[in-house]
Amino acid sequence: MTAKARPGKTTADEDGASRRDFLILATGAVGGAGAVLSVWPFIHSMNPSADVLALSSTELDISPIEEGQAITIQWRGKPVFVRHRTAAEITAAQDVDVADLRDPESDQKRAEKPEWLILVGVCTHLGCIPLGQKQGDPRGDWNGWFCPCHGSHYDSSGRIRKGPAPKNLEVPPYVFIDDTTVRIG
Amino acid sequence: MISPDKGIGKWIEDRLPIFEFAKHSLVDYPTPRNLNYWWNFGSLAGITLVIMIVTGIVLAMQYTPHVDYAFDSVERVMRDVNYGWLLRYLHMNGATMFFIVVYIHIFRGLYYGSYKSPRELLWWLGVVILLLMMATAFMGYVLPWGQMSFWATTVITNLFSAVPLVGESIVTWLWGGFAVGNPTLNRFYALHYLLPFVIVGVVILHIWALHTVKSNNPLGIDMKGPQDSIPFHPYYTAKDYFGLGVFLIAYMAIVFFAPNFFGEPDNYIPANPMATPPHIVPEWYFLPYYAILRAIPDKLGGVIAMFGSLLILFVLPWLDRSKVRSARFRPIYKQFFWLFLVDCIVLGWVGANPPEGKFVLIGQVATAYYFSHFLIILPLLGLVEKTKPLPESIAAAVTTTGPPKD
Repeated sequence: MTAKARPGKTTADEDGASRRDFLILATGAVGGAGAVLSVWPFIHSMNPSADVLALSSTELDISPIEEGQAITIQWRGKPVFVRHRTAAEITAAQDVDVADLRDPESDQKRAEKPEWLILVGVCTHLGCIPLGQKQGDPRGDWNGWFCPCHGSHYDSSGRIRKGPAPKNLEVPPYVFIDDTTVRIG
Repeated sequence: MISPDKGIGKWIEDRLPIFEFAKHSLVDYPTPRNLNYWWNFGSLAGITLVIMIVTGIVLAMQYTPHVDYAFDSVERVMRDVNYGWLLRYLHMNGATMFFIVVYIHIFRGLYYGSYKSPRELLWWLGVVILLLMMATAFMGYVLPWGQMSFWATTVITNLFSAVPLVGESIVTWLWGGFAVGNPTLNRFYALHYLLPFVIVGVVILHIWALHTVKSNNPLGIDMKGPQDSIPFHPYYTAKDYFGLGVFLIAYMAIVFFAPNFFGEPDNYIPANPMATPPHIVPEWYFLPYYAILRAIPDKLGGVIAMFGSLLILFVLPWLDRSKVRSARFRPIYKQFFWLFLVDCIVLGWVGANPPEGKFVLIGQVATAYYFSHFLIILPLLGLVEKTKPLPESIAAAVTTTGPPKD
């Protein structure tokens, strides 16, 4: 570019000032983006590793569980509740106006077979294990589970009815392999 | 004695003026002549930090950060390691003493208006230190891997699941798995070792800011000349040493005669991911925040209120509109200060009890009052309170009329 063509810019161009500005901006942008992106491996290294992600599935023989009984098994480091519900519990769980619930979900959607309710036994508030699995445990105002940490009540379908928890107890993925065996995960 | 004027001392001083620096900030530092014993707690906090780091480093040499060995390695420290019981009890109760000292330090600042201009940044750095202390104490509590360690971690890390959309991903990232487990214990150990040194860094900034704006004092008025100040050494070094002696008597009394007084018996049960203890409580220094968390019957709301109760301290210098710093000259604020202190103690008491019956209501009222103190009472007082006349100067107040009565 000649001095005559852009008289106003002559001095700056001859000094290379605008070229320097451009180079500083360009290298700054590339370097900055690179620095930000290089943070990712450090952050992602803290996410679950491959060995943790290699999910296990758990098979369970449900034939010894009597009606009204519940057992707790471990799946992915978390407790899973398996409850053989009584007819009264099933009726109570189904006779609920779903629209009134905090986390609306029908019992039919939560239990593939109405007599078998399978739940991740982790309170959706802050992760405690609700009581109600053992004989004599408090089962809350809706005859399901009661979380002792912060007072959440779950009904006989594991749905949140009272207390600080925002969601129903999670239903894990499961399939009935045959009449007496269920695979969780 | 090495002198900066000759020989090796001069050789060093010419290259790095460290003697001049030490003399300037530890000896000559002009300090208000009227500081009372409430001003001892800053240096006590610094000393406690050093005790925590020293005991922590030797404990780290004996500790195994693995879910299968952590609990046993701590019991080994207690039984087999020479003086291991002493080091662990010093460290464990050191955390308690650290929080007692720092809470007194904070309430002293609240009473005498130490957060007001020009000390806003000094106050901010203090709040940052408090937050770092809390993170460090929480992660340290996890390391023995008892029942309370495990379930406190579960509950506190689950707080982040309240974040909309990405909450679950954040919690999984914090855990390094689908539940609290070995990756969690390892990273908490790494951070528990790191953060105290970060605290040391912020403490240095805190002291730097202090030495720039100078100490506040019980009258809350500025030093106007040499007649208002005395050199830090020997006057306040002597006073701090005396306070340290009293502090160490109390600290050692706990270490030797009631080392588990502040602890939870449940933490001597090894962690069991399949059974939550019936009554989870955090360490005593977290109880007020825990009460605030539980007071709000909504997960996200509770979490916001809990963090808000701490973060509100950052805006305190602008919420308090009164130009007068010290509560001595603020008759109405003085009463609200004590009410606020009582409110914090009530919150702590509620936090220690199960969330049932009367505790729910008391917790909610106390939480509402906590926030009203900052958001309603303080801004209003700045407008309506009639303050008492301030003394002309520190020297005038403490030499002609005798010490103020309160």
